Amino acid sequence: MTSPSAVRQDVRVGADASQTRARRQSAPRARRGTEPHREPVHVSHVLFALPALLFFGVFALLPLVGVLVLSFTSWNGIGAIHFTGLTSWTEALSRSTTWHGLALVVLMIVATWLLQTPLSILLGTFLAGQQRYRNVLAILYFLPLLLSSAAIAITFKSLLDPNFGLASGLNLPFLKQNWLGDSVLVWIVLLVIIAWQFIPFHTLIYQGAVRQIPRSMFEAAEIDGAGRVRQFFSITLPQLKYTLITSSTLMVVGALTYFDIIFVLTQGGPGSSTRILPLDMYLTGFRGNEMGVASALAVILVVLGLGLALGVQRLGGTDASASQMEGA
Amino acid sequence: MRRNWIGGAFGWLWLVAVLLPIYFVAITSVKSIATYFGSNPVLPSAPLALENVTAVLEADFGMYLVNSVVVALGTVIPLVLMGFMASFSIVRGGRRFFGPVRSLFLLGLAIPVQATIVPIYLLIIRLHMYDSLAALMLPGIAFGLPLSILIISNSLRDVPRELFEAMDIDGCSEWQKMWRLAFPMTRPALVTVGVYQALMSWNGFLFPLILTQSPDKRTLPLALWSFQGEYATNVPVVMAAVVLSSIPIIVLYALGRRYLVGGMTAGAGK
Repeated sequence: MTSPSAVRQDVRVGADASQTRARRQSAPRARRGTEPHREPVHVSHVLFALPALLFFGVFALLPLVGVLVLSFTSWNGIGAIHFTGLTSWTEALSRSTTWHGLALVVLMIVATWLLQTPLSILLGTFLAGQQRYRNVLAILYFLPLLLSSAAIAITFKSLLDPNFGLASGLNLPFLKQNWLGDSVLVWIVLLVIIAWQFIPFHTLIYQGAVRQIPRSMFEAAEIDGAGRVRQFFSITLPQLKYTLITSSTLMVVGALTYFDIIFVLTQGGPGSSTRILPLDMYLTGFRGNEMGVASALAVILVVLGLGLALGVQRLGGTDASASQMEGA
Repeated sequence: MRRNWIGGAFGWLWLVAVLLPIYFVAITSVKSIATYFGSNPVLPSAPLALENVTAVLEADFGMYLVNSVVVALGTVIPLVLMGFMASFSIVRGGRRFFGPVRSLFLLGLAIPVQATIVPIYLLIIRLHMYDSLAALMLPGIAFGLPLSILIISNSLRDVPRELFEAMDIDGCSEWQKMWRLAFPMTRPALVTVGVYQALMSWNGFLFPLILTQSPDKRTLPLALWSFQGEYATNVPVVMAAVVLSSIPIIVLYALGRRYLVGGMTAGAGK
């Protein structure tokens, strides 16, 4: 994505690059004078981009650097900040909660992927059909994406109530469990809720991708006598390779940072069975007032996120631009 | 063509799974507490208990709604304007300077927001903005910029070059080209960005949690959370709060579905 557009820009710029002052950044290159055409920078363009650069620099890039700096300090959130070298790091790495949180993140990533990917592909393929009612279904599928995690967590909490929820409403005794009080059941609940919330998004991605597969491929397979299942495995699935990489990247990096739902639903409990690393980081910093240790945990999250994103891309054998969705 | 039974069965099953919780919230929100304890949980029951809505409104939900609207507008309007202006420079400016600028913003897509909460908290305290609605807008704008710039600059590239050249001949400044030509031409992308970021801001939980403290600065998701703590025993009232806090965003979806889906899948779709 990066290269073709950059090339196009390159060509376009040569046309009106005349009456401007060259900026410091372009000076060394300009002096060489071997470029096919020079690209002086419009002062007005710099000014237009300045507000966005300023905001992004101060409230996104600075915090990113800041978290690394803060991980070498001790700070209780109110008083003075002291540089204490590796103290916060040794503290963070020696705690069992850190490793527990890390293990839970891995569990979350693997389970989320295994649960959501096959379902999203199936649903996306189904929705990609040309029948009109499928567009209506797509509209309804989208609804969970509109609701806040707080609203979703609260809804499922009462839905799972053993006495006044689904279990008694549908008269299904096996649903009558202490869902949030058992360390295994609570994970089933979390995974299902998170799937409920995010499968629609991945379904939409796959729907779009399946619709772009040339119809002629399916028609040819039809003539060759391939059934629906065979078509799915021999055409649809291979054609979805790049979408699978995109979707998996977003899913994996997303699973690394689930916070809202778990915070509202379990607060990390019962015990510490759902205290995954992002939640552990929050609790360490904002409840335990150990901002230095929390920052060290945050750095681990950032590194893990970048590593996973690159890893998934590498696994898929492509260097296409990394996670393109929101980090929110 | 043979029918796709597996996919079909699955599709309808998923529809039930999607709608069941939403249906449950809707019917429970209009049950009185007595009917809630007495009736079948998955069946609607008359008479409608509108006192739940009154209870929610009496618990200051009107104020939380206003807070959410203020934060959403205060985030989205500057975000769209700044994102648009930066995109204009990235697309129209030279590659030498703005190529790296573009890469810098794209890098922002890979930053996990959760990991930056400690420094953002520190920053907001030092700016003496802790516990204010403005504190929620600033990081919202910053982290919204990368995706916004990606969407808007993709749309700007489709504006025919000849139109810009025509304005050159007329002696127009870059400022005029930006607002008279580029702005109207990219309006759909701007709406997409606006609607999508409004949703993000509306549902945001983490920043309100760490950057505000007093009840009168709460936005809806945070209010919902503390509300369910206070009203743990009165589920219908909590469900009414869930409904009321979700209605504005569902209206937004009804009005701008195309734009919202576009925003969500931008970059992810190919």
